[in-house]
Amino acid sequence: MTDTISFSQEVSNLLYAAEGEPLRTCIQCGTCSGTCPVAGYMDYTPRQIIALINAGNKEQVLESNTFWYCASCYHCTVRCPQKINITELMYALKRYSIWKGQHKEGLIGPTFSEAFVKMIVRGGRSFEPVLAPSYIFSLNLREMLQEVTNATELLLKGRLPVLPARIKRIDSFKRMIGRIIPMGGLE
Amino acid sequence: MKEYAYFPGCSLEKMAVSYHLSALETTKKLGIKLKELEDWNCCGATTYFYIDELLAYTLCARNLAIAEKTGLDVVAPCSACYKNMYFTAAHLKKDADLAEHVNFALEEDNLQYNGNVNIKHLIEVFAQDVSAEEIKSKVTRPLEGIRVAPYYGCQIVRPQKEKEDVEQPQFFEGILSAIGATPVNYPLKMRCCGGSLIISSRTAALAMVRNLLQSAVDSQATVIATACPMCQVNLECYQQQVNQEFGTNFSFPVLYFTQLIGLAFGIPPKKLGIGKEFVSIAPSLLRAGQSKD
Repeated sequence: MTDTISFSQEVSNLLYAAEGEPLRTCIQCGTCSGTCPVAGYMDYTPRQIIALINAGNKEQVLESNTFWYCASCYHCTVRCPQKINITELMYALKRYSIWKGQHKEGLIGPTFSEAFVKMIVRGGRSFEPVLAPSYIFSLNLREMLQEVTNATELLLKGRLPVLPARIKRIDSFKRMIGRIIPMGGLE
Repeated sequence: MKEYAYFPGCSLEKMAVSYHLSALETTKKLGIKLKELEDWNCCGATTYFYIDELLAYTLCARNLAIAEKTGLDVVAPCSACYKNMYFTAAHLKKDADLAEHVNFALEEDNLQYNGNVNIKHLIEVFAQDVSAEEIKSKVTRPLEGIRVAPYYGCQIVRPQKEKEDVEQPQFFEGILSAIGATPVNYPLKMRCCGGSLIISSRTAALAMVRNLLQSAVDSQATVIATACPMCQVNLECYQQQVNQEFGTNFSFPVLYFTQLIGLAFGIPPKKLGIGKEFVSIAPSLLRAGQSKD
């Protein structure tokens, strides 16, 4: 095995059906950053992240909150003049950082996503109350109280499930997932 | 009678039950039957794709395979479900290798996907499969004088699928006009509500919600119409938090477009899930709906 693969190549390999290295075609125009509704909250804007990847600054990229702050709105993607699927890039970086277990501290995204997928693997459907522990303790006190107020109101309006929903064919559903990923990791 | 396979998605079971109720009531009035997919599973929203792509496609493909057996087009009312199912189907159609992997897993559940399902968002049914004339013909209580902000959000129109307009689409406005309402010029209609950032990056999401609410106020709209449960929850249920964070004073009703259609069709508000909102709708909206009685 060679260890000469560049970070940019590594990231391109994670982009679904990417041909070549799409990030190399970036002209640094900044349309993505100008379009992104979350850019102001990111450590590096989408344009900067692409530049950092192309420059091989792996640690700087992985230590940033940028991709975990992407809301998947695809606004940058539909506007990129080079047709780079920037949203897909943000997904790829999320997966990469989860696999490597390397991401900025204090982020809710990674823990929440893992809790969500585990919940689906167990029951096949989403049941909001089991997700709360994955993020509630990372909120500040005021946010925590807001969350409780909202949950109470939803419950009163009949908008919060009390019992977990489950699909019927849960056993074969789990075996199906077992063909994709080793269940030991998720159970 | 037109018939579709209906994929409600997890939110519509409880959190967005009013979307579910109003979708069923309004389509029924138009002679459309939504037949719920048997034993469907969660589409994964965005999170499956954060963890594993093949797993994400397999979980979406399970629903496609179940739908394929019905021979019907699939309708999803939630934009995230729609986007996931649409693009999973598109990828599986052109990528035989991906399809083989996915089908290997589906075997365990006695399923197979052959690539023959069309996926539509519920709003596309009203905008494309049903004509404006058909909608107009069912209106008994036109929403005259009601100014509505048509909020498209993200994943109905993005990513781009073919050559459709992703910057200034007008189909939402068309539906609102057909029920007698006034669609306002809502400059932020294509901007994001924050989606799951409301959990993971709250400060950013609250600012996005604030901007959308302010834009609706500036457009002198009476109500925001949405076509996605996540948009509805973020825009409506987090208004108090926005007010605390930014010192604003929003109390702005946010309804599903199907609830507005239902009011115009003269369907009793309760049957449309009206009454489950955090922010009550303006009495004028209900009155307008009764003016022609």
